Amino acid sequence: MLRILVSIKQVPDTTNIRINPETGTLIREGIPSITNPYDIIALSFACYLKNNYGGKITVITMGPPQAKSSLREAVEFGADRIILLTDRKFAGADTLATSYTLAEAIKYLQAEEGPFDLYLFGKQAIDGDTAQVGPGVAVRLQVPVITQTVKFETLDLEKRIIRVHRKSENGIEILEAKLPVLLTCDKGLAEPPFSPFPLILKAVKAEPEIFTADGPVNYQREKLGLRGSPTQVKKVYTPEVKKKGKIVDLSTTPLKKVVDEVIELLKSKGIL
Amino acid sequence: MKEVWVFIEQEDGRIHPVSFELLGVGKRLADDLSGICVGILLGHQVSSLVDEVFSFGADKVYLIEHEVLSYYRHIPYAKALSFLAKKYGPEILLLGATPLGRDLAGGVATLLETGLTADVTELEIDKETGNLLMTRPAYGGNIMATIICPNHRPQMATVRPRIFPMPERKPGRRGELIVERVDLYEEEAGVRRIGFLPKEKTVNLEYAEVIVAGGKGLGGKEGFEKLRELARLLGGEIGASRLAVEAGWISYDHQVGQTGKTVRPKVYLAFGISGAIQHRAGMQNSDLIIAINSDPKAPIFNIADLGIIGDWKILCDALIEAIKRHKGN
Ligand SMILES: Cc1cc2nc3c(=O)[nH]c(=O)nc-3n(C[C@H](O)[C@H](O)[C@H](O)COP(=O)(O)OP(=O)(O)OC[C@H]3O[C@@H](n4cnc5c(N)ncnc54)[C@H](O)[C@@H]3O)c2cc1C
Repeated sequence: MLRILVSIKQVPDTTNIRINPETGTLIREGIPSITNPYDIIALSFACYLKNNYGGKITVITMGPPQAKSSLREAVEFGADRIILLTDRKFAGADTLATSYTLAEAIKYLQAEEGPFDLYLFGKQAIDGDTAQVGPGVAVRLQVPVITQTVKFETLDLEKRIIRVHRKSENGIEILEAKLPVLLTCDKGLAEPPFSPFPLILKAVKAEPEIFTADGPVNYQREKLGLRGSPTQVKKVYTPEVKKKGKIVDLSTTPLKKVVDEVIELLKSKGIL
Repeated sequence: MKEVWVFIEQEDGRIHPVSFELLGVGKRLADDLSGICVGILLGHQVSSLVDEVFSFGADKVYLIEHEVLSYYRHIPYAKALSFLAKKYGPEILLLGATPLGRDLAGGVATLLETGLTADVTELEIDKETGNLLMTRPAYGGNIMATIICPNHRPQMATVRPRIFPMPERKPGRRGELIVERVDLYEEEAGVRRIGFLPKEKTVNLEYAEVIVAGGKGLGGKEGFEKLRELARLLGGEIGASRLAVEAGWISYDHQVGQTGKTVRPKVYLAFGISGAIQHRAGMQNSDLIIAINSDPKAPIFNIADLGIIGDWKILCDALIEAIKRHKGN
């Protein structure tokens, strides 16, 4: 039986983000929250493995109380245990503090119910796009990490070896790792399953266990949230636009003249 | 002496050009700190690359060679890099925001318990405090955020290829080479590569000198056929906006912008692209931008050196004819 841990994040849907042009701040009203799309791939992969090899899926997330809805969604993917890490003291965490908070919770769960075989993270979260938390947690758990996993090949439960594909700069690496290993999941690894009706019902009623800064995990306070974050935001601003160049209108300028101008520019850059 | 470090990314003995771009920036930051720019070279039988690292501006190179480093794996690379950083205490550590660099940076920052800023687009030294100001797009590129890491060292950042220009190569330039040793074991790597599928045809968008790009305004797949003809005549590559990619007119490899490639060609020709901020983020550093759009209010005109109001197809056809004639002469 496989023991799988999936770590997910609820994010604002960045395709709908609007910025107040005067203040340069985010307009939060009406921005829907979604489960980070790469985390959905991680959940889908966990579900696939559970269905084919048997196992138990534990899902954790760190976030405000509303992140509960992402954990309920995880239940539709077959999550057996769901945990919400929520506390004001966790807020404002950068990737170092986030990986600490998650890794300590995972260590606590392992002390309680035994080690996990696989840790699944999304390739990155679409709100920050840093891709730093997965490798950070792997280091803290002292397990190997494979980032940008795009395909699953085989799993040998006896030898405890998993074979996957990783996207690299020049192609695809075929990699074997001994369990336990942490994978960050990229497009192509798995498709969301068709959730059976009983699971959907179960999801509606599911209530996550709540972990806070005060327990049950024994956190070092100074490593949490804003306080535990080495990076600080110094300022935010709306990017300046470069100065305008020349504008010509084809309805008032002869085509030939415009074409000649483009050709001259191409020549000036040594292209022609 | 303060040291600004650049991780030199190499695979199969070839250095990724982003490392040279970072040496260019590293040198500037080192000058502002009255320090030196240092290249970190890890691998197996890679000492022949040291001269190249000096030629792009490194004053010093730390070299670790080991069989276990013969191809990239997180654990041994993170161990070797963090070993060096703990021993020599650099002020700044820069890595390329490539699949390898991102994989490595997150782990090393954790091992060193320091801050890391991803996908930085501007790097400056704060004159008053000497801290590194790391600016990156936030919230889907709609705003810029300047990040600092005041109380931890090194200050770490990853930078995407082509954000910074390629520095001049000075063959024969020398520096100090320091060879280091670290104990690494095959068993602790945890991961083994058993095969490799090279990319079939790589679109070399990032380093193309001419890019002919199309957007939603092309109106369909056929539009890109025309752009291909123009690109072929100019010896360029095809770029695209996200909407054109999402429409299925062209593959993701061609996407320019915040969630695609960052490019800085000599000439960027934009056909039927509105110029949304996320698209501009990927191409605004082009030397020369020529844009054609039927909408006089399209934001692409705010950054174009030559903006042409009109139908893209008319201009494209006329350009193809004119260039053919020009080449015929
Ligand atoms: C988080 C996030 C990340 C994103 N990342 C990227 C990214 O990496 N790259 C990217 O490109 N976008 C990205 N986008 C999307 C971006 O916001 C825009 O939606 C997209 O760039 C618009 O593509 P477009 O210019 O092709 O389409 P449109 O905005 O629809 O523009 C089409 C243009 O074609 C013009 N046109 C129409 N017909 C003609 C004609 N016959 N001749 C000439 N002109 C014509 C129109 O006037 C219009 O200006 C991202 C968005 C988000 C939220």
